[in-house]
Amino acid sequence: MTIRGMTIRTIPRPVFDPVSGALVVPAGAVVPGRAATFPLRAEGPAKLTGQAKYTDDLVFPGAWYGATIRSTDARARLVAIEPDPEADWSGVVIVTAADIPGRNVVSAMQEDQPVLVPVGGEIRHHAEPVALLAAADRETLRLLRGRVRVVTEPLEPVFDPERSDHVFAALEIREGDVDAALAAAEFVLEGEYRVGHQEQLYIEGQAMIAVPGPDGEMAVHGSMQCPYYVHKALRKALGLDARRARVIQAETGGGFGGKEEYPSIVAVHAALLALKCRRPVRMIYDRHEDLAATTKRHPAIVRHRTGVSRDGHLVALEIEVILDGGAYATVTPVVLSRGALHAGGPYRCRNVRIRGRATRTNTPPNGAFRGFGAPQTEFAIETQLNRIAEALGLSPAEIRRRNALRVGDATPTGQVLHESVAAEEVLRVAVEASGFERARERTAREAAARRGSGHVPREPLRTGDHRFARGVGLALGWHGAGFTGAGEVAMGSVASVELAEDGRIRILVGSTEMGQGTRTILPMLVARELDVAVEAVEVAPVDTAEVPDSGPTVASRTAMVVGGLCIHAARRLRGMVEARHAGMAFAEVFRADAAVHGTTRVDQRYEPLAGAASFDETTWRGEAYPAFGWAACVASVEVDLDTAEVHVQDVVAVDDVGVAIHPILCEGQVEGGTLQAVGYATIEEIKLQDGRYLNDRLATYLIPTALDAPRIHTVLVEAPFSGVPHGAKGVGELPMDVGAPAVIAAIHDAVGVWITELPATPERILAALTAAPRPGPHGDGPGPASDPSSGRGPGPASDPGAEAPR
Amino acid sequence: MPAEPPVQSPRSLAEAYALLESAVAPGASGASGAPATPATPLTPIAGGTDVMVRITGELGPIPERLLDLSRLDELTGISLEPGRLVIGARTTYHEIRRSALVREHLPALVEMAATVGAAQIQNRGTIGGNVANASPAGDSLPVLLAADASVLVGSARGERLIAAADFFVSYRRTALAPDELILAIHVPLPGGRVVRFRKVGTRRAQAISKVVLALAYRDHGAAAGWSDVRVALGSVAPVPLRVAAAEAALEGARPTPEAADRAAEALAASITPIDDVRSTADYRRIVAARILHRLIREQGGW
Amino acid sequence: MSYRFLVNGAPAEVEVPGMRRLLDVLREDLALTGTKEGCGEGECGACSVILDGQVVAACLVPICQVDGRIVRTVEGLSLAVRSTDGLDALQEAFLVHGAAQCGICTPGMLMAARAYLDGGGGPDELAIREAISGNLCRCTGYTKIVDAIAAVAAHATPATPAAHTAHDARDERDARDEPA
Repeated sequence: MTIRGMTIRTIPRPVFDPVSGALVVPAGAVVPGRAATFPLRAEGPAKLTGQAKYTDDLVFPGAWYGATIRSTDARARLVAIEPDPEADWSGVVIVTAADIPGRNVVSAMQEDQPVLVPVGGEIRHHAEPVALLAAADRETLRLLRGRVRVVTEPLEPVFDPERSDHVFAALEIREGDVDAALAAAEFVLEGEYRVGHQEQLYIEGQAMIAVPGPDGEMAVHGSMQCPYYVHKALRKALGLDARRARVIQAETGGGFGGKEEYPSIVAVHAALLALKCRRPVRMIYDRHEDLAATTKRHPAIVRHRTGVSRDGHLVALEIEVILDGGAYATVTPVVLSRGALHAGGPYRCRNVRIRGRATRTNTPPNGAFRGFGAPQTEFAIETQLNRIAEALGLSPAEIRRRNALRVGDATPTGQVLHESVAAEEVLRVAVEASGFERARERTAREAAARRGSGHVPREPLRTGDHRFARGVGLALGWHGAGFTGAGEVAMGSVASVELAEDGRIRILVGSTEMGQGTRTILPMLVARELDVAVEAVEVAPVDTAEVPDSGPTVASRTAMVVGGLCIHAARRLRGMVEARHAGMAFAEVFRADAAVHGTTRVDQRYEPLAGAASFDETTWRGEAYPAFGWAACVASVEVDLDTAEVHVQDVVAVDDVGVAIHPILCEGQVEGGTLQAVGYATIEEIKLQDGRYLNDRLATYLIPTALDAPRIHTVLVEAPFSGVPHGAKGVGELPMDVGAPAVIAAIHDAVGVWITELPATPERILAALTAAPRPGPHGDGPGPASDPSSGRGPGPASDPGAEAPR
Repeated sequence: MPAEPPVQSPRSLAEAYALLESAVAPGASGASGAPATPATPLTPIAGGTDVMVRITGELGPIPERLLDLSRLDELTGISLEPGRLVIGARTTYHEIRRSALVREHLPALVEMAATVGAAQIQNRGTIGGNVANASPAGDSLPVLLAADASVLVGSARGERLIAAADFFVSYRRTALAPDELILAIHVPLPGGRVVRFRKVGTRRAQAISKVVLALAYRDHGAAAGWSDVRVALGSVAPVPLRVAAAEAALEGARPTPEAADRAAEALAASITPIDDVRSTADYRRIVAARILHRLIREQGGW
Repeated sequence: MSYRFLVNGAPAEVEVPGMRRLLDVLREDLALTGTKEGCGEGECGACSVILDGQVVAACLVPICQVDGRIVRTVEGLSLAVRSTDGLDALQEAFLVHGAAQCGICTPGMLMAARAYLDGGGGPDELAIREAISGNLCRCTGYTKIVDAIAAVAAHATPATPAAHTAHDARDERDARDEPA
């Protein structure tokens, strides 16, 4: 397949050269523009020897320790903060809202969240920060933090997002005439899908150390994805100018979106204490506090009414998306946008109506987490499509082949996809690599053998002849690369490349390394432009006193957008240096040039692509994203028929990343994102009681261990994007969009029930398997754990009480 | 950095007993003529996998004083005595897994030990700790109940043997007196006895059980029924317990489909598990019945 | 009270409360910050160290129980090796295979793997996964960690991956019509 001269290709896996031990692309598969070998992770040795310094490893002599006093009500009026008069407070500093020199507001899109709830103000969620304490030692802090009485008058909380009267954001995406198309459709399926909270569970918790300087400066060292977000938050709350606020990223132990906006709160809290104590203050969250108080993935309700023709072509997509934003807006409006824009899936359909709203509840605010709305809505559309395939007797792969977007098609916002569309390719590769159709035939044979063997689910207390059932499931997905709409233009990111006077070549960006490989791939891109060894290029420490604002490290934008800026900057640098040495190449002269001319620095600001169409955020029409990534996933599961436990055994993950700058790092992103999606589908669950998370310790919030994790087989596909010089589109979030629906489809393939609420716990599966059979295709269904669909037209509606006919 | 309460590390059992005795007798620890001091409870710590979590203070009050058992060799070792297996209280799950004696005489305990936590916990956690902690979800407890084990406890006042069936008094409370230590677990070894074990957790490692079950019986050959049937469960009640109705359904019976159905129904009818953060009452009830049914099926070979 | 023990082959002595966690003694009293705290409740494995040859969670071990014992931490792994970049075979394999991303779980993961290998563990995938099942990783999905440990276990150089490709494994299973 060739698009605009750029071929879509599948990358063969790099292998280890037996002589050198290095990773190499197999002979014959080297492509122009990509090196045959790949550098090792730049900060790898430091991490492997324990030398890398994460925030809690940093030592600041004389530092005090900070703690946060939090509300225990989900909603209340804050009447008073009363330190116990019997306790000795002489060695302790207390900070309340009254101590905030700037604005008592957490810097965000809608400034509705206070840094600390003021006396007289309203507490809006359990674990909301009310006051801060600092002391010289942790024993004092531990003894005294329980001696601060928070006096409140309870107010009536709202926990149901559909009952909430406060809407953070709402939108409607429309194309064609959905009502007419549904009325005329040969087959219509309804479905309701629910997803719960998910915790990012970075293994290094939130951590910030604030260090006050002599002239009103405040420097904050910490674990974060976005130093300039923290910088802005410090300036607002402490009333500092740009120079006096300084933010330095320490080695960061995972983020996944959980350290996109939340660190600003921790940083401001630490800074307020440091200001009052006049000494450094360490604010290091323990795991329990992190689980109880920080942002999570938005729970969602997604409702579908889908019209298809008898041969499986989509004719109408009506979708409702409701997000639970928690108590404050944070990034919710953009999560809703992205969720809604992806809600129709990577498919062609002329009649679409997507209505979305995000509402407020009295639970801790939800925020960014890998995928950012798309995993929620893509779980729904993929499961909906798999149910339609079942009803029509079509293979899940075939129905997608018939509907997948191709070059020249338009999305529901009217965006015509001119290039870089790999939906069919990733689907084809996933089906082949997994042997999907053959696996489905085998699982069908096994299911047939089980039927009639006197087995559950009709006798709940008995076991059957068979203990295990295997299943295989498929999902296809897409993920818009970079920010939605005009986000990049508004951001105006800057990346700089400099030739330092000592001959070092330095990349200065505000983009952070959190394991995804920023510190390794940016030097690769620059080194290639300058034609120097990658070892000659380094990334400067991320310190706002030194590096420009390259925008946040989110939205899978770093390789594509910031990488592109680095390439342009490097080209300009090369041109400048070579112009001073006629006829000589940069690689030959750069050290001599630096010695003579001193530092040469090039700043490159983001410019929108010439001729790029715009996006209208009132009508939701236009180019939502400059390009899309495409992914397909096939999951194989084994279900224990006695206990309904699910073991995901193998996953084939095929991801189009545009161009894989470093295939091993890309694979790492695919593997990690896929396992997070598997956890989302199976065991990661948060139950709430009175607006409080019950799963607030690592013993109760469970993520997959190495024994739970499937073997993940990654295949990288490249459909290059011409809008950036290197063709890369981003990889971080794409794998998160397809893992969960593939697992749900595999569970259905194994045991014949559609679990439409995540996670698909054994409790939900068992309840679905043992539920009484439904009275008929239009009858009332049993509880929400099973399939509440009604279908009309050819083919049977799903019956949760029996295994699905093939 | 959590609290660091005071700890004492006795070098002998006698020294440990003396410390425990003085901890429960107000004033006894002071020198003669000194004012009576109130008793501060002394919390024994072996491998620390439960006690160190309690010290974080997140699950309840922080233990005020600790008694470190790690130097008490009297609590170690696994030995075979006539008719019984003796497992020292400080025996770790790792040691249980490696023990040729346990593998031969109580393989269900080895199977259980492999399901606890992961390597880090198995290297430190002890069977005595699991028994003393008396969690309703304790993984070894159903095996001990099903095997008619006894707990050997000791104090300055002497030693006594408490049947496992009498040991778990109420939610997280045991029959141990405040001055007593668990010394060993005694497991009788009647001829022809079979013990089976099954645990269901949320994931395949590091999981607190949702349902944990042990089945024991004496096999008298292909024609005879089972005798001395024991069905013991955890995570379905405030204490680990035996279910008499399920045992009665199997006592004297062969492991047939009919017996399995009766036992499963009797089990489901006898337990009233709860909904909690980990699972639901319905799930626990149905799955407990099913895993019993499956174990009987496996023993019956049908 | 004073406690004496060996850390990475060198004697250490600390005068601290007996209930101080080994994790805090290492990180704060001995300034060995390579061992990390991820949860403080023994669930995540980030604080794993080797105590008398066994991998344990340092957040669950009070220092009074370390007296006279032998402790190995991540800082000690490369001490045993005289190579130019200071990495032992296991660390080298992690680097080459891409088994470390954010790196916070890595020290604990290395110690669990080192204990497994020192105990004679082989390249069997299930045994490796069991050996590291007490070490949570959120970044990698475990695949490359397992590959790296298997490569070392097979006494291969980091250059030779021990696990064969997905395609091969699946084709072999299909040919035998075996369960996955």
